[in-house]
Amino acid sequence: MNIALTTDQFDAESLPRANEAGPAPKRVVVAYGFWIFLLSDIVMFSALFAVYAVLMHSTAGGPTGAELFDQVNVAIETACLLASSYTCGLMSLAINSHRRVGTYFGAAVTFALGGLFLALEIREFANMIAIGATPERSAFLSAFFTIVGCHGLHVGLGLIWLAVMMAQVAVQGFRRIVERRLLCFSLFWHALDIIWVGLFTVVYLLGVNS
Amino acid sequence: MTAKHYDRAPGDASRPTELRRDASFNVLVYSVGLSLAAILTAISFWAANTSLLWPPGVPLGLAALAITQMGIHLVFFLHITSGPDSTNNVLALAFGVLIVALVMAGSLWIMTNLDQNMTPMREMHAI
Repeated sequence: MNIALTTDQFDAESLPRANEAGPAPKRVVVAYGFWIFLLSDIVMFSALFAVYAVLMHSTAGGPTGAELFDQVNVAIETACLLASSYTCGLMSLAINSHRRVGTYFGAAVTFALGGLFLALEIREFANMIAIGATPERSAFLSAFFTIVGCHGLHVGLGLIWLAVMMAQVAVQGFRRIVERRLLCFSLFWHALDIIWVGLFTVVYLLGVNS
Repeated sequence: MTAKHYDRAPGDASRPTELRRDASFNVLVYSVGLSLAAILTAISFWAANTSLLWPPGVPLGLAALAITQMGIHLVFFLHITSGPDSTNNVLALAFGVLIVALVMAGSLWIMTNLDQNMTPMREMHAI
């Protein structure tokens, strides 16, 4: 078969031509790489979830989840994180259309809600430690402080990241590289909220029932 | 050739060249996501604390609600869709979900098995 002839008969215009399109834009490549990182982070959390599920009844005579957890506090924490995920989404829309005021406002609300979440979580930890429910008390409490503390650490790092990004927007404006970093931040923040959905269900809500 | 055959970045509602176009529509997308997530969260908290439901069924219901809410977050906040420009993102997610399922189900299976078949600690000390 004559290859040159068959390519002539081919309607090349109707097909995507990857060779002419060239490599994908950096925004897509960077966000995809960060997406892979986030999935590996979620895999790490799945190991912590498995540990917690195995150890949740090993209280060694110490306090159980049903005695320790305050549902109202958890509900407020959940509301804070969900609302901050929403404002983070609105912030990313402001970034896409290069609206500075909207970006700063969205970031400020996101930061405040994230900070409130972290403050409530630290207060909860402090109250538990004050009544002797420390990580050393039982395997259940070790697993609890590890998984919830690891999520809290992520939120804390996210808050620092957000503050740094706002400084970069103020100094450098909406450069492409700043936009890519902000896209990665919003991915990170939404992923933390997804992990929190698993956390409040497995740790707090199932803890009340068992 | 324009950039219209490029993929979409995870977290973006459209391809890089079309991002600025539909901001007001996307406010609606985020708002719908927020409402659905809030409703599911409220049902979860209600189901965990009520005595109206059959207790052994509650954990299964809570798991279903949590998985649904994670899906809502993925679709409305992270804009992961079934569209052709999002295939790579979905494939990476599918692989992640596979590993998560293997780690969690595998750990629980092995640990339950060990728990049932190994000599309890107290008896070992007695021997």
